[in-house]
Amino acid sequence: MNQRMPISRRNLILGAAATFGVPAVLAGCGSDQPATPGKASGSSLGTVTIGSNASDEVPKKSLASVLESFTSAQVKINTVDHNTFQENINRYLRGTPEDVFTWFAGYRMQFFAEQGLATDISDVWRDIGGGYTPAFKAASTGSDGKQYFVPFTYYPWAVFYRKSLWAEKGYEPPATLDEFTALARKMKADGLIPVAFADKDGWPAMGTFDIINMRTNGYDFHISLMAGKESWTDPRVRQVFDTWRGLMEFHQPAALGRTWQEAAQSLQQKKTGMYLLGMFVAQQFPESERDDIDFFTFPEINPAYGTDSIDAPIDGYMISAKAKNAEGAKALLKHLAQASSQNIATKLDPGTLAASSEADTSGYSALQKRGAELVSKASHIAQFLDRDTRPDFASTVMIPSLQSFVGKPNEIDSLLTGIEKQKANIFR
Amino acid sequence: MAVKTRRYSARDVTILVIGLGVAIVVNVGLIWGPTLASVGLSGTDWNGIGPIEWIGGQNYADLADEYPPFWSAVRNNLLWLGFLGLIATPFGLFCAVLLDRRLRLSRVYQSALYMPVVLSLAVVGFIAQLVYSSDYGVLNAVSGLTVDWLGDRSINIWVVMVAAGWRHVGYVMIIYLAGLKAVDPALKEAAAIDGASESQTFFRVVFPTLRPINVIVLVITVIEALRAFDIVYAINRGRNGLELLSVLVTENIVGEASRIGFGSAIAVILLAISLGFIVTYLSQLFREER
Repeated sequence: MNQRMPISRRNLILGAAATFGVPAVLAGCGSDQPATPGKASGSSLGTVTIGSNASDEVPKKSLASVLESFTSAQVKINTVDHNTFQENINRYLRGTPEDVFTWFAGYRMQFFAEQGLATDISDVWRDIGGGYTPAFKAASTGSDGKQYFVPFTYYPWAVFYRKSLWAEKGYEPPATLDEFTALARKMKADGLIPVAFADKDGWPAMGTFDIINMRTNGYDFHISLMAGKESWTDPRVRQVFDTWRGLMEFHQPAALGRTWQEAAQSLQQKKTGMYLLGMFVAQQFPESERDDIDFFTFPEINPAYGTDSIDAPIDGYMISAKAKNAEGAKALLKHLAQASSQNIATKLDPGTLAASSEADTSGYSALQKRGAELVSKASHIAQFLDRDTRPDFASTVMIPSLQSFVGKPNEIDSLLTGIEKQKANIFR
Repeated sequence: MAVKTRRYSARDVTILVIGLGVAIVVNVGLIWGPTLASVGLSGTDWNGIGPIEWIGGQNYADLADEYPPFWSAVRNNLLWLGFLGLIATPFGLFCAVLLDRRLRLSRVYQSALYMPVVLSLAVVGFIAQLVYSSDYGVLNAVSGLTVDWLGDRSINIWVVMVAAGWRHVGYVMIIYLAGLKAVDPALKEAAAIDGASESQTFFRVVFPTLRPINVIVLVITVIEALRAFDIVYAINRGRNGLELLSVLVTENIVGEASRIGFGSAIAVILLAISLGFIVTYLSQLFREER
């Protein structure tokens, strides 16, 4: 993902990351100055540095705007190209990292906390905890029970469709897998490709796997499987791939040669009926058609779990273990945890939602409002496969394996045996 | 027995130390050091942060038995070498021979064939996507087919090799063209007087005189095949049928939770393959010089 993939989702659209990286780094150097000059008198906590992966224009601007209102210390932002930041995170954290750095919740955060590369911020959480739901707190907690992460924004995954197309054809959002299959059949009869699908980049198929697994076996099994504690040859995992194989005939063919942007465009052009993706799917729609986008959560498969879990990756901030100004960094995290700070970001970037439950949702677009409602109904929030498991397992095992399943959906047993063997080598 | 030893003055020693010493330091530091470090790391399990754990040949066993992309990459690297060596290179020579005959508009053909060489392979990769994409690609649009050229793992390596060959042909052509221009026309005339046919003249007289060029082209072809990386990385990051050893090394070593030991093992395999060619080439070279 673009292992480099996970949130680079947004970045991918920009294509030429290499040429993009240079100006981003240069721009980063340029902004390597106090963001609040002349306020030194109010800066009781010295200078706090931030290592930021917000190299895209919109997130970069939103971070700068959020920091304008932070006055208790001076802030220096060092912006690095998104993918580069992610790929070098190991070396970065062991070298001379900034005090605060942008990162992801869940296993991805726990992995670095366990290596002793992040600072325990449980004391910050005593102040800010009231602003977050238990699900967000759990996603910020390391395997030792301490908090290491402050959630800032997130975006849910769901099945997106065009309201106008569905109204015209009389389609209704399905509540169960049977209804989903019936709807897909109907779409096929109407000459539509029912489910848009793309997996050239390797990560989008992870979303489908996640949701079918959580609907079939529940959140706890999913997380335990991701942590390497369950066997991939378990009949429960097989069941997931069997269900998926049954849905393959409704998926857009030739998915391995298509990017998610192309699949999203097919949805926009009303060639496909629905698309399971993150809320960033809206980027592929012209501004004027964005109000025509709606979604439903992936339908129930096993009544024991209903629709209680979704993927909703959270982006946020952590403090590096080598932070020089820990006090200032903690003050900054408290500022970032405020609903008002997050609202600035959600206003500038309509593909995201504020992580704080105290955030003001009145300024949200219709889609953002629906997204927030969906997440508030979910009792478990997963972070997406490549953030819920070891990064090396996700990129070197799961991407090739899921692509091989998409190419040959009938060879499930040999595939699962292969994944299990490789898992044993990585989680040793 | 008196051993006759040559005495070096202090100045000689200084010059020796500077002249040889710098070369040795650079050689060891930049070539042998990293090579041996890779070989050493390939026997360990290390994520780049925690402790290094010695696991012997385990990485190699895992590679061969349990890592499906590995064999796919070995196969693709060999295919790549075979394709460039047996199809693209001879075709480049063929173009050079045709252009050497001073056809009309030969300058135009020459430029057209040479043009792709100035593009980086990553750019060729982007162009290939515009041509082969199943939804918006030129090829499907013009031919009316609905083939998933880049997604179907049984065909994507072939179409990508065609794109890589497109560039390689121009490269080889220009080198051979320079070589052909340097062949003494008297040789060809002599062959013609002796009654040799066109093809006999070429294969028996002209081609053997191109020997130094052939060696260069062979070396270039092998290097291009083993270092292939950018074109598949630009297309789909070297996955799903486009695996190459160079990509697997990068994929495993660079990244968040690096599998440095495992990636080094792949790098060592790539080194062994390269050494095979280098040793063959050098021993051939030395044998003939003797």
